[in-house]
Amino acid sequence: MGEIGDILTAIFLVVGGCFGLVGSFGLIKLRDPMSRLHAPTKATTLGVGGVLIASLIHSFAVDGYVSVHELLITLFLFLTAPVTALFLAKAHIHRHSEDEVLPSPGKDTCWAVLDHRTSRQIIDEAEYGQDD
Amino acid sequence: MSLFRRFFPHPLLTVLLTLVWLMLVNRFSWNSVIFGFLLGVLIPFVIRPYWPNNPRISSPLKVARYIAVVIYDIFVANVTVAYQILFMRVDALQPAWISVPLRLRTPEAITTLAATITLTPGTVSCDLSSEGHNLLVHCLHAPDPDAVIQEIIDRYESRLMEIFE
Repeated sequence: MGEIGDILTAIFLVVGGCFGLVGSFGLIKLRDPMSRLHAPTKATTLGVGGVLIASLIHSFAVDGYVSVHELLITLFLFLTAPVTALFLAKAHIHRHSEDEVLPSPGKDTCWAVLDHRTSRQIIDEAEYGQDD
Repeated sequence: MSLFRRFFPHPLLTVLLTLVWLMLVNRFSWNSVIFGFLLGVLIPFVIRPYWPNNPRISSPLKVARYIAVVIYDIFVANVTVAYQILFMRVDALQPAWISVPLRLRTPEAITTLAATITLTPGTVSCDLSSEGHNLLVHCLHAPDPDAVIQEIIDRYESRLMEIFE
C-alpha cells in the first residue's frame, strides 16, 4: 500500500510540476500582456490540481487519514483565480484603450471599464430614457 | 416561509458555510458542526443587505453535470494550451478578442459563466459591457473567433440557462 501510494504521489507531483513549468515558460515565450495572462490561469488549474491530488494521496496512503483541506484549496482557488485575471485584464484595457482594437459591445454603449459615467447616471438613463 | 427567509436569507449558503467550516477543521466533531452552523447563520445575515436577491437553482443533477463538463474541459484545454505554448511558433499564434452575446440576466449566472471561461485555459473573460449584455473574452489562439463564441454558448451558457433561469 505504501509503495503504490508513493508511486502515485510521485506521478501526480511530476505531472503538476510539468504543467506549472509550461505555464511559466509561456510567460517568457508569449509577447503581449494579454497572451501572458493565459499562462497563470493554466498553472492554477492543472498544475496546482496535480500537486493537491498528490497531497491527498500522500496523507491517505502514508499518514493514514483522509485530508479534505486540498478540496478546500481547490474551491478557494477556483473562486479567486478568475477575479485576479479579470482585474488584470481590466487594468490592461484601461491603460491601453487607444491601441487595443476591441470588438463591438453589441447593443450596449461601451465596455464597462471604458464607461466614464457614474453609476447614478447609468441608473438615471435606464429609468428616464437616453435624453441626458 | 417568510420567517424562515428572515433568519436564513440564503439557505444554501448556510449549508455550504457549515461544510466549509467542517472541512477547515479537518476532523468530524459535533462542536465544530454547531460552531460552523452558527457561522452559517451569522454570515448570510450580515451580508444580506449587499446580496438582496436569491439565485434560484433548478436541479442539483444539472449542477453536477455542469461541474463534470467543466472539469473535463479544463483537462482537455490544459493539454491543448500546453501544446500551443511548447510547440507552436509565437508568430503562428493568433490571439483574438471576442464579444459573446449573453442571454443570461441574473448576476450569479453571469459570474459563473465568466469564471468558467477564465478557468478553462485558452480563454480569459475580461470585461462586461456597460449594460451587461455582452462579455468580452480574450483567446490565446483563435483562428476562427465565431466558432469559439458558438462553443461558449452551446457548451456553457445553454447549460447555465437551464440551471439558473
